Amino acid sequence: MFSHLDTKSLIFGRLDLGAFPIHEPILVATFIAVALGGIAVVGALTYFRLWGYLWKEWFTSVDHKKIGIMYIVLAIIMLLRGFADALMMRTQQAIAFNGNEGIFPPHHYDQIFTAHGVIMIFFMAMPFVTGLMNFVVPLQIGARDVSFPFLNNFSFWMTAAGAALIMISLFVGEFARTGWLAYPPLSGADYSPGVGVDYYIWGLQVAGVGTTLSGINLIATIVKMRAPGMTMMKMPIFTWTSFCTNILIVASFPILTATLALLSLDRYVGTHFFTNDLGGNPMMYVNLIWIWGHPEVYILILPAFGIFSEIVATFCGKRLFGYASMVYATCVIMILSYLVWLHHFFTMGSGASVNAFFGITTMIISIPTGAKIFNWLFTMYRGRIRFEVPMLWTIGFMVTFVIGGMTGVMLAVPPADFVLHNSLFLIAHFHNVIIGGVVFGVLAGFNYWFPKAFGFRLDAFWGKMSFWFWLVGFYFAFMPLYVLGLMGVTRRVSQFEDPSLQIWFIIAAFGAFLIALGIASFIIQLIVSFMKREELRDLTGDPWNGRTLEWSTSSPPPDYNFAFTPVIHDHDSWYDMKRRGYTRPLEGFRPIHMPKNTGTGVILAGLSVALGFGLIWYMWWLAALSLVAIIVVSIVHTFNYKRDFYIPADEVVATEAERTQLLTRKA
Amino acid sequence: MSSTPLDTKGEPVFYLQEDHHPENSTLLGFWIYLMSDCLIFAMLFATYAVLGRSYAAGPAPADLFDLTLVAINTAMLLFSSITYGFAMLAMEKNNKKATLGWLAITGIFGLAFLFLELYEFHHLILEGAGPDRSAFLSSFFTLVGTHGLHVTFGCIWLVTLMVQVSLHGLIPENRRRLMCLSMFWHFLDVVWIGVFSLVYLIGVVG
Repeated sequence: MFSHLDTKSLIFGRLDLGAFPIHEPILVATFIAVALGGIAVVGALTYFRLWGYLWKEWFTSVDHKKIGIMYIVLAIIMLLRGFADALMMRTQQAIAFNGNEGIFPPHHYDQIFTAHGVIMIFFMAMPFVTGLMNFVVPLQIGARDVSFPFLNNFSFWMTAAGAALIMISLFVGEFARTGWLAYPPLSGADYSPGVGVDYYIWGLQVAGVGTTLSGINLIATIVKMRAPGMTMMKMPIFTWTSFCTNILIVASFPILTATLALLSLDRYVGTHFFTNDLGGNPMMYVNLIWIWGHPEVYILILPAFGIFSEIVATFCGKRLFGYASMVYATCVIMILSYLVWLHHFFTMGSGASVNAFFGITTMIISIPTGAKIFNWLFTMYRGRIRFEVPMLWTIGFMVTFVIGGMTGVMLAVPPADFVLHNSLFLIAHFHNVIIGGVVFGVLAGFNYWFPKAFGFRLDAFWGKMSFWFWLVGFYFAFMPLYVLGLMGVTRRVSQFEDPSLQIWFIIAAFGAFLIALGIASFIIQLIVSFMKREELRDLTGDPWNGRTLEWSTSSPPPDYNFAFTPVIHDHDSWYDMKRRGYTRPLEGFRPIHMPKNTGTGVILAGLSVALGFGLIWYMWWLAALSLVAIIVVSIVHTFNYKRDFYIPADEVVATEAERTQLLTRKA
Repeated sequence: MSSTPLDTKGEPVFYLQEDHHPENSTLLGFWIYLMSDCLIFAMLFATYAVLGRSYAAGPAPADLFDLTLVAINTAMLLFSSITYGFAMLAMEKNNKKATLGWLAITGIFGLAFLFLELYEFHHLILEGAGPDRSAFLSSFFTLVGTHGLHVTFGCIWLVTLMVQVSLHGLIPENRRRLMCLSMFWHFLDVVWIGVFSLVYLIGVVG
């Protein structure tokens, strides 16, 4: 490393002009588009003098609602990036036949499928789910904020910093060509000497800090901050699933952190954890990463189950069928999710007994999941169903997810898995459960809670367009992959020999095009709803005739959420309050104790990007400087003891009077 | 968490008139963090268990470890835990001076531990038994080094807290912080017991 010490490599490490992809027309065009878009946004923000507002009201905010919204904004931006990757893959595979190389050479195509997986899981699904939990959970349990508001802001910015590193890799250097879990020895220094895997490692490590801390934060919040009277078995079901999800986060993300740390030691220090030589064991990486990876899929799906449960109860006008069984099913899934990791590599050759154990535990998971499906069905049975957009997503989910679940049970049979391993059948299966479960879930939740966050409902017509395009597009895009998988086509292939396969890939590409229309409809839905916001205004704070506490506040809720802490008697507490003639208190307001905003989170996350960038490009001075700065800023932050303030009673009175006026306007 | 509260007229109460003060969550939150850290160590122990005998024709534990040095090292860390306990007792008695004194002694023990560990690492690397020699040594250096890194951060935190206690005294915030560091410090002690037994003792004796 020090054999060729010269000034240039001391300053720039291994970064040189060759790292900028000026010879790749697609990347240059993308860069120009991103740069123009960026300049337009920055220009607009400067022109309308919004920087101060953004910094004071959003970036430094410790309000769980604003942080939740920022998480979701990040998720939507990354959805567009990840989906662009998906479109490119579908296009490539639809045309790369009969000697046609398609539009991407293999080394580029490999980066695209890696980036697609990494972005969709870590920077689309995770922030979306975390954002919804952040926004909704404190409101549902009658709290004014989370347990550690500053930590919450810091967690968000660390996630954003990880996303930033991944985005930088698009234009400076390259991304990993290893697939989204970066299995060694391919991802080791010998076979991936470039910066791609390092971008992968540091992007995930930085974001992982945020994820773990936000998990700790939400567990502490749910355990300690519930309103009086809300026993565990009176918690809303979304709070329950969030609780289990965050336990999974805290109990699995450290494994990912440690595993990636070992991989980086192999790459940077020359250790032999996962190398082929000197005693290393690559299969240990595969085991370790899936010990994190399997709980991870439940981290994504459990909150979605919670969202569907809330929606079904609300739009059927009924108490959720089998509340207790739903809670137990969630807990059982949480525990079982740790006992199935080996089903991702039955082909490792661990023997019949081990494979049988993991095959059986995998199949057992379908029992609590099936119980949930029946609970939702029985909630709908004889309910007065309102087919609003969130409910459509829920029904679409129930049909789609069951199909994905059943192909999952097929893959859980080890002999069948030996045939289907790494085939497009697997790709079809996990997209079936992740799109049909997680994506439908977060979009349902987005439509459901949007009026709470912004004070107006989303336009139903474009919401329905989005739903139908997504649903139909999904079936077109992924059913052909089941067929191809059964015919033996493997994943991550950029060119094909057999022309008879092409028609299936063309159908899949058409499906992707329909999904693109679904995403476009979603964007149009946002714009149209904003234009029509007066018409769609939610004056009551309870647009859906909801059942849980978040609907008892105004839309959007005041900074302090609840002027008076609610007292809970039943698990559908807002429904209970409405039923038993609750009257909103109009006097006796007191000053409210709240945490102060702070810029430390943004600064630390910015320094983490610099640290990651320095480590990726071997700019050791930058890495060392950033690390020291991170420690110093953290220590200085702890010297600030004045972290809270009181919202004066007058202000509370004024805010509540405004709401009284809105409520009378409605009446 | 009792039966339905009723007001004077027998109507159910749906909101609190007075301020609601949920219990402080810091100690719970910190405890959960420690458990997540514990998982990192669990994973490193598991890695050592898998790779600990992959010597790649290189040196084995019995060739490398000096149990006398490790015994002294262990004693340093165990004493530091005891002295941290004394610091907490002094804190309970509201004795700022004694608290600071015991914290300083704890810090010195911690630094002694780190010094001995670095000496051992230095010695091993000079002998050609560095982390890149074999999978056994990779996992040994990583497990022990991660623990050492934690002790290093513990020492930085200890100094920070000493400054804060001398500036602001034993105010509730500082007491809470001292409690957190206390948990952290004892946690590292427990992890070290695992390292000492599984890596050094079993390595040399077993």
